[in-house]
Amino acid sequence: MTSIAASFADAFALTLSLDAQLYAIIALTLKVGITSAVISAVLGAALGAGVAAGKFPGRSMLIVLFNAAMGLPPVVAGLLVYLLLSRAGPLGAFGLLFTPSAMVIAQVLLITPVVAALSRQIIEDAWREYEEQLTSLGVSRARAALTLLWDTRFSLATVGLAGLGRALAEVGAVMIVGGNIDGVTRVMTTAIALETSKGDLPLALALGVILLGIVLLLNLAAYLLREWSVRRYG
Amino acid sequence: MKISIKRRWFAALHVFGMTAALAVASAPAQEKFITVASTTSTEQSGLFTHLLPAFEKKTGIKVRVVASGTGQALDQGRRGDADVVFVHDKPAEEKFVAEGFGVERREVMYNDFIVAGPKTDPARAKGNDILEGLKKIEAAKSPLVSRGDKSGTHAAELRHWKMAGVDPGKGNAAGAWYRECGCGMGAALNTAASMNAYVLTDRGTWLSFKNRQDLGIVIEGDTRLFNQYGVMLVNPARHPHVKKESGQALIDWLVSAEGQRAIAGYKIGGEQLFFPNAKP
Amino acid sequence: MAAPFVTLDQVSFDGRGHRALDQVSLRLSARSTFILGPNGAGKSVLLRVMHGLLQPSAGEVRWEPMSAAWPSGLAAGTPVGVGDTEKIATKTLSGARKPRLAMVFQRPVMLRRSVLDNVMYGMAAQGAAVGMAADIAQRAPAAANIAQRAQDVLARVGLAHLAQRPARVLSGGEQQRVALARAWALKPDVLLLDEPTASLDPHAVRAVEAIIREIAAAGTAIIMTTHHRGVAKRLADDIVFLHHGRVAEHTAARQFFDEPVSQSGRDYLKGDLE
Repeated sequence: MTSIAASFADAFALTLSLDAQLYAIIALTLKVGITSAVISAVLGAALGAGVAAGKFPGRSMLIVLFNAAMGLPPVVAGLLVYLLLSRAGPLGAFGLLFTPSAMVIAQVLLITPVVAALSRQIIEDAWREYEEQLTSLGVSRARAALTLLWDTRFSLATVGLAGLGRALAEVGAVMIVGGNIDGVTRVMTTAIALETSKGDLPLALALGVILLGIVLLLNLAAYLLREWSVRRYG
Repeated sequence: MKISIKRRWFAALHVFGMTAALAVASAPAQEKFITVASTTSTEQSGLFTHLLPAFEKKTGIKVRVVASGTGQALDQGRRGDADVVFVHDKPAEEKFVAEGFGVERREVMYNDFIVAGPKTDPARAKGNDILEGLKKIEAAKSPLVSRGDKSGTHAAELRHWKMAGVDPGKGNAAGAWYRECGCGMGAALNTAASMNAYVLTDRGTWLSFKNRQDLGIVIEGDTRLFNQYGVMLVNPARHPHVKKESGQALIDWLVSAEGQRAIAGYKIGGEQLFFPNAKP
Repeated sequence: MAAPFVTLDQVSFDGRGHRALDQVSLRLSARSTFILGPNGAGKSVLLRVMHGLLQPSAGEVRWEPMSAAWPSGLAAGTPVGVGDTEKIATKTLSGARKPRLAMVFQRPVMLRRSVLDNVMYGMAAQGAAVGMAADIAQRAPAAANIAQRAQDVLARVGLAHLAQRPARVLSGGEQQRVALARAWALKPDVLLLDEPTASLDPHAVRAVEAIIREIAAAGTAIIMTTHHRGVAKRLADDIVFLHHGRVAEHTAARQFFDEPVSQSGRDYLKGDLE
């Protein structure tokens, strides 16, 4: 039976070994994860702000849809993107299937609703507080949306981190649209799935510990950045 | 105020621009590559890691292997998402070519299936007769894990049940003993090891599998357990974008003397996993 | 008596199941008008309807374009505010522009940025809006001017030393002074205030009162609701007394505090209504 302590030791040893293949996988994980998170954050915040500050028919329906889309199963998202990008599908000509770009697309599909739904709530609460004063000052809707985005930046940053966490943890969608190709689309999560399949549980666990370590480091960096910002801006 | 807004926008654009650049930079360089749809058993045995570097070095063509089950691999071929299909289900492969999705089926190598199971062998199935063994397992209602995923291994398993004249679904309310996991070979082995159940597997995956727990080889050596691997080029007439020269180069290499030697050279613990048998 | 600068004509407002304003007709002309009344009389609603934050269910609100009739004496050529060359230039044009309104709320809304940035935010918004308006008489202040004007206004409200502090960490009284500075920096023709001293301690109330007095002296018309009778007595020219969404009386302040015309006004001053 693999002990957790042993896997921590293995993880440490693995990291220090500077294994080229491992570091390539880590690099790709960060590239895909951060790209997905940033695109989703921008899209989601824009959508969230637009819905929060806007008044248009079907708004309530859109809010319900976003909230529901938060529960979109990754494997379903993966399947949908697979069918879209497959050569037999509508976007097949771009040849994006089994590339990191496909993985980013699938993850953006998964994470944007989360960011949009959460930021909408955050921005709507802020709008309720600011609406009268901003209207009195004659601020345009567009400018108001930007002001809300900036003023809620700390809460939004937390939402962004949630998106990043989701991206790094995701395996179902990226497995389907990426194909877990060695050296091309293999990320930490799919590598862990593969090693588990091969029955190499100690290695799988060690990789898992490394992934957790990376996530922890990212969150620590974000926390420190936030602390500094709060001290400067209040 | 205008200045700090500008600063903010520049910062945001900078982050966005860097991300976009990162994403673009990660787009594949204009290297030559082909996509091969293959099976989990082939990949998890480690064969490709051993085999492909020699081919890539010789031709400069990178091989990207997408490993799923035989059923899914053939489907990828039908959709044109792969250039070459490398699986182990002869009837399905012949159908693939007959339907016009593949150009020609070439045999590459074989190994055999074995039945792994608890070393205590509660069903007394040990031996070299697959049909007898399966009958005994069914009679004893001993737990058996099935791939249940239209893979080559699964297709072979179903053929054996049929030949043995046994229906494992009968008397199997709520998966009492016959458990279909709908999963890959490695996952099925993991499941069988945890449940201490029997499982049909190819020898290659078994030899490289590290989580055996209390499982051992129970049935082997039956000529009916022969497992043939075939390779096909996806038909460029059907999918014009298929990289037919590079794909054909891989097929030609696999059946060449050099490729066949490389296949025979793959051993784990001194034991050979696959046996080349390409016809010239 | 000066001509009215804003007219309400049979304005009614129905909100959440009850009639907050009932056929209110008013013509305001005083330099500083205070709206008094018991809780639920409709004071806040009246202010918001006047400003345009709420649309009346019936009737209309009319703001007169800038002219000699305005109490601020703008058209008369009196320089107003701080370093104010644009304002002087305005008077040479036809002067028929729409009046600029600003409002300060009971709870000050501070953006998550420095005190100075908060004050500048209002001006930048005005500049942006003006850029799109066809009214060429209102040239937007240049960027450097905005920062300078913000500093000056902050100095006048006694908060220059807090300019770089994050606005949200200030006390309630200080935040309200920032809100006043922000409104004042816009050089509004009319300043509407909704119970600005309601949640402040006596020291802060005095500071806020002093600032309002200064703003009024500089030429901005004041329309304010309050429960604070002392402030009303000291600052008001006219009183509008609201009761159950109706105007019970509209008289000069001295008249109202000595001898209210309406029964409800009398009850209110006695403390029998609240």
